[in-house]
Amino acid sequence: MVEFTLPKNSKVGTGKTWKAKPGAKRVKEFKVYRWNQDDGKNPQVDTFEVDLDTCGPMVLDGLMKIKNEIDPSLTFRRSCREGVCGSCAMNIDGTNTLACTKAIEDVKGEVKISPLPHMPVIKDLVPDLKQFFAQYALIEPWMKTSSPAPSRERLQSKDEREKMDGLYECILCACCTTSCPSYWWNGDRYLGPAVLLQAYRWLVDSRDEDTGNRLDALEDPFRLYRCHTIMNCAKTCPKGLNPAKAIAGIKQMMVERQV
Amino acid sequence: MTESLRSPLGRVRGLGSARSGTTHWWRQRLTALALLPLIIWFVIGLVSHVGADHAAVVAWIAAPLNAALLVLLLTAGFWHVQLGGRVIIEDYIHGEGLKIFSVVALNFATIAVGLACVLAVLKLALRTV
Repeated sequence: MVEFTLPKNSKVGTGKTWKAKPGAKRVKEFKVYRWNQDDGKNPQVDTFEVDLDTCGPMVLDGLMKIKNEIDPSLTFRRSCREGVCGSCAMNIDGTNTLACTKAIEDVKGEVKISPLPHMPVIKDLVPDLKQFFAQYALIEPWMKTSSPAPSRERLQSKDEREKMDGLYECILCACCTTSCPSYWWNGDRYLGPAVLLQAYRWLVDSRDEDTGNRLDALEDPFRLYRCHTIMNCAKTCPKGLNPAKAIAGIKQMMVERQV
Repeated sequence: MTESLRSPLGRVRGLGSARSGTTHWWRQRLTALALLPLIIWFVIGLVSHVGADHAAVVAWIAAPLNAALLVLLLTAGFWHVQLGGRVIIEDYIHGEGLKIFSVVALNFATIAVGLACVLAVLKLALRTV
């Protein structure tokens, strides 16, 4: 549902300030969204002064430093620290991206960090992605065939393989889906850019034999056609992919099979 | 109200796919495509009549080709409003009752107003002088 103001219990207040150690020369302010279900308080933004001379170059390095040296209760997801796992997706400096591939020096002024927008928050920078991954399960992201299984690999020509370029690289970090206003308003029914890009990845896979059923499952005014080509998805994708183009590809297949 | 204990997958599958939406989307594109040249033609037609008297404008509308294009413009225009307006309503109105009422009201209104506009053109085009 469209909400133009935050509900009362989500209004963000000002939190604690953690000063840098005296003598720190290159200090960068990190403004981090904090919320903890257990303390019963509204969310607040804490300010951490980070000494860049003793910190790695990426925003994730800054967060790790804060967690290790300043406030161990700061909670966020991270794993690979090199942009392939998608765990550390969050909103940094107003844009959804991966903390591990976003350089601190690319942020002008203070580094504002909040969880992925418009998702329920579990704690601090950890959003609840249950619905997102249920929607991924809905598109049945696995090979479906009726032909008997071959005794070796399923072959694919070079051209057929190339069709999956720009699709297979998606790491399901949810940056695009949570940047999409249409998903904010109708996320309970609209599948969102990430899941639709993944759906398209299976639609164009020459080895898959279930294209028609896959299209049937997507042909819906809400599941697919809530995409209004707003293009936030393509702008925000930390892997440089274009989910909007994939969605346009699905729509084209839909038209193709009925004209 | 207690929180639903339905699984996330059950919730997102919901009532399943409607198996429709493509025709609606395709018609919206087609009406948009048709409106492009029609609106350009209409604007040129209006501008070229700046300062013209009533009789001249009426005669312009009544010319068979102009009347036909005007009827097409009105049909495509109101159809486009009906299709696009429905999408906007579905985006922003979430109460099921109000949503259906709004869509029905929009459909009735665009048909009624569109029909009145078309009849006005036909009245000029078909009158016997």
